[in-house]
Amino acid sequence: MSEIIKVGMADLKTCVSPNGITTLGLGSCVGIAIRDPANKIGGLAHVMLPDSKSIKGSQMNIAKFADTGIAELVKQMEKLGAQRSRMVAKIAGGANMFNFHGTSSFGQVGDRNVEATKLKLNQLKIPILAEDTGKNFGRTVIFYPETGDYIIRAVGKPEYKI
Amino acid sequence: MSEMSLEQVTENYYDVLKELGNIGAGNAMTALSQMLQCKVDMKVPQVRLLEFSEVGDMMGGEEQIMVGVFLGVDGDITGSMMFMVEEESARHLIQKITMGMLPPGSEFEEMGLSAMKEIGNIITGAYLNSLSTLTNLKIVPTPPALTVDMAGAILSVPAIQFGIFGDNILLIQSQFYDEIELDGYFILIPDLESYAKILGALGIPLI
Repeated sequence: MSEIIKVGMADLKTCVSPNGITTLGLGSCVGIAIRDPANKIGGLAHVMLPDSKSIKGSQMNIAKFADTGIAELVKQMEKLGAQRSRMVAKIAGGANMFNFHGTSSFGQVGDRNVEATKLKLNQLKIPILAEDTGKNFGRTVIFYPETGDYIIRAVGKPEYKI
Repeated sequence: MSEMSLEQVTENYYDVLKELGNIGAGNAMTALSQMLQCKVDMKVPQVRLLEFSEVGDMMGGEEQIMVGVFLGVDGDITGSMMFMVEEESARHLIQKITMGMLPPGSEFEEMGLSAMKEIGNIITGAYLNSLSTLTNLKIVPTPPALTVDMAGAILSVPAIQFGIFGDNILLIQSQFYDEIELDGYFILIPDLESYAKILGALGIPLI
């Protein structure tokens, strides 16, 4: 029997086919799904902030940041036997949940998360096959390492896949 | 003072912030009661310091559809504030305030949303007013923005602000009821420097 593994906010997990992996209610956070198609090892990271280096203080949940979260997910997948040279990614989220007038920094956090995600994946030479980012709505995502399908659900919209 | 981190906001400080939350929520409910022109009872608000992973669960799951009203805070302290209610509760409030012009079960029309924005405005305004009176600090809210979406997605906005300096979110759950029971949640998100200002204004020395 296959199961669906749940990833929380500021969290990451690996997942091997036939299991699926999900994270619920992505807002300005980004859900990064990575897969090695050769052995169908996958993983999902739900990151909140772009850059660990901009944060002061000793506390460190590496899953919280795009840069450290993606690096850690790749590392954990490699431990399971995935190879980085084969890895591909799909990303979703990074919405601007509230439409603010003016130049509030809140409005841009989603965009910054998406940017940082692309930068890190680019550094690791992991191609992005598809993305569904930005706009102003929340997304629940389910990723299947078996097929690489990344299913997206949003309020008041039919389910779709990228 | 700006070097303060949330780790330094010890148990003691949280007690103070909780108390502020209680008073603020109390004031907000009084305002709501006046607006609805009926008695609104409130249970003692629960103030919780939650980890990010727990946040979605407590509101009936990350996918629970909620209405969120979000506004910036300016003046002597800066930051933002959010008020959230479940979709059904929001519908009930809109129903009351528009005197039944929004039929139950219908989509949120423009009018319903703008009524909800006004409700959020008044509630958060009352909340911030009491905070301002207590601390003697000038607190100016910016016009509110509203969204209807999944709880997790709405909460990502304040969670990210909290995420900059910690792994927890301070949430004030206030349960109130007129004919039906409604759950409302307040989240006050002061910028880091503003924590020190609030505590300083209350005469609480920092380490």
